[in-house]
Amino acid sequence: MTDAMYIQLLDLACGAFLLTGVLVLWRRELSAIVWLFALQGVALTALVVILGVRQDSLELIMVGVGVGALRAGLLPYLMRRALVAGGAGRETQPLVNVATSLLVAAVLAMLAYALSQPLVRLSPTPATQTVPIALTVLLIGFFVLVTRRRALSQLVGFLLMDNAITATAFLTTSGVPLVVELGISLDVLLAVLVLQVLTTWMCAVFGGTDLDELRELHD
Amino acid sequence: MDSLLVIAPVAVPVAAAGLYAVLGWNRITAWLGTLSAAGLLACAIALSAAGRHDALGGLLVSDALSAFMLLVIGAVALLAMAASPAYLVAELAAGHTGPRAMRRYGVLTQAFIAAMALAVLASSLGLLWVAIEATTILTALLVGHRRTRQATEAAWKYVVICSVGIALALLGIVIAYYASTHAGVASLDWAVLAEHAGRLDPGVMRVAVMLLVLGFGAKAGLAPMHAWLPDAHSQAPAPVSALMSGALLSVAFYAILRVKVIADAALGAGFTRALLVIVALASLTVAALLLIGQRDYKRLLAYSSIEHMGLLALGAAIGNSLALVAVLLHILGHGLGKSVLFLSAGQLHQALGSSRIHATGGLLARAPLLAGVFALGLLALLGLPPFSLFASELGIARAGFDAGLGWAVAAALVLMLLIVAAIGRHALRMLLGAGPDEAGSLSVLPRTVATPLIAGLAACAVLGITLGPLHPLLQAAATIAGATP
Repeated sequence: MTDAMYIQLLDLACGAFLLTGVLVLWRRELSAIVWLFALQGVALTALVVILGVRQDSLELIMVGVGVGALRAGLLPYLMRRALVAGGAGRETQPLVNVATSLLVAAVLAMLAYALSQPLVRLSPTPATQTVPIALTVLLIGFFVLVTRRRALSQLVGFLLMDNAITATAFLTTSGVPLVVELGISLDVLLAVLVLQVLTTWMCAVFGGTDLDELRELHD
Repeated sequence: MDSLLVIAPVAVPVAAAGLYAVLGWNRITAWLGTLSAAGLLACAIALSAAGRHDALGGLLVSDALSAFMLLVIGAVALLAMAASPAYLVAELAAGHTGPRAMRRYGVLTQAFIAAMALAVLASSLGLLWVAIEATTILTALLVGHRRTRQATEAAWKYVVICSVGIALALLGIVIAYYASTHAGVASLDWAVLAEHAGRLDPGVMRVAVMLLVLGFGAKAGLAPMHAWLPDAHSQAPAPVSALMSGALLSVAFYAILRVKVIADAALGAGFTRALLVIVALASLTVAALLLIGQRDYKRLLAYSSIEHMGLLALGAAIGNSLALVAVLLHILGHGLGKSVLFLSAGQLHQALGSSRIHATGGLLARAPLLAGVFALGLLALLGLPPFSLFASELGIARAGFDAGLGWAVAAALVLMLLIVAAIGRHALRMLLGAGPDEAGSLSVLPRTVATPLIAGLAACAVLGITLGPLHPLLQAAATIAGATP
């Protein structure tokens, strides 16, 4: 792979990664949000595989395929099942409307650039220079988490953050040690399963998954 | 043999969890949890005498600090597990639980204890993170055990806030690993990181340390990400609250201690000190403000946990030998005292059917033994002698004045005075105040619950008078936690 082609492919994958994250802010149908999350998983897989091919590392390519199977396959599948079980498919009125959300995303992108300056300065390779994109997705995920009112959209917000951290790990260091990577994937999978069980319980006791109903506990 | 001893604290509760999964919870297996906790405590005592050992090719390492944390986990787990059988019998009688939920309780509590043991034995930041996130997942369904609206809400908030907090810590770990790769080390092992800390890029490490302290701080119940704590601790079954408050918070705080060693070597002591002082004073302020008008005695105990975590952060910020010994002693004293209080609060809740403070008036006349235990527990928590929290709080304050952080200690003391006044007022109302009109005397405390409660209080009092054989262990652990002379 030539240098120019490597950089172009890397930027393309990162662009797709960012775009799917921003589009989550735009769409309100929960099924569309799950689709976007799956597409982001594909972009992340592509990103890791490109890095693996560049470094001639079969191990990295295998890890990338594993990451893809979890984030573009298994997790979206679990979420779609929860969606079918949960009924109603649309986000209720979010706290912040779509136009404002997109503006906020722009501000978050600038914040991410500022925050990642020390990281880029340490080693300005093409891969580390795209770290601000991963951090933007992290902040967007956090924003989705605090402004959306549906259990499933909060879950997607959390998983966007997690995708972003995984992307940061691969872009900066070609991934954390394998034991840790396995542990992280397992924890994320279990967290999603636990949240799914809790969603079922929530449907049973609250009659829905609207988080505005959660206001029994306060001081 | 030695490496078996390092694996045992994780393996014993995992085996017990497996047995619960197969056998379920019945009159005999109910005591399996207690047995496993006692085994864990015995391993901790053996390890604390054994010095540094590793196992599984260096994945697990036990040093004085890990051994001390295992002692805390073992002691709290023993109290909580010994009180569990009677607690679940009462829950079953009241129709709040069933055989399936009880089996799940047995499996999850043991797996939870194993995850905490793994966290303090892990030799790398990565494995530590995995273990701490596992505790969140394992306790989530325990918090929602009663499946009421409140319990489900608490469990949801708990998983979401803690997972986000701990995700920040993961980003911090990734960034620290990036710094270590460029220093030519490429390791997450903290002994290695601390040794080569001088070569880590300071700009990158500053970002990493900030994320790590905030992230693990969320799990330790420190401000600003403490909002899950009062909900989760007040809704979980009493023995689980005891484990979460007495052991889990300190395990998350232990992660901060390990990070601090690396951070201080890479950035100098000033950076983490400033960070921890801010977090400590913020936590104490939050606790003081929300304790004053508190109407629920379980939430009162939860906010008091935030207060004590704030004190630990202050002690770690001071960072000299006296302060760190006091911090470690405070972890143990708080673990014992708070478990006793949550367990007795659980008995109270079962007897009254309400966790409102105004429902408990005149407790001293209605249930003298339970009220006595509760009152002594509160005295321990407020830092009155002879309990060990008196000695450790005094140690932290003295060390603070020695280290030139007198202003922070003074501010903390003012906030603690407010907290003492608030808790004291609520306690007087609970114990002596006028009860509801139809108040009769309450059912007596079962002996299997009374024994751990009294044993916990006694241990806390003995530690306040003499440390005995614990003293060298505390000194060694404080040195590992990076005590400056």
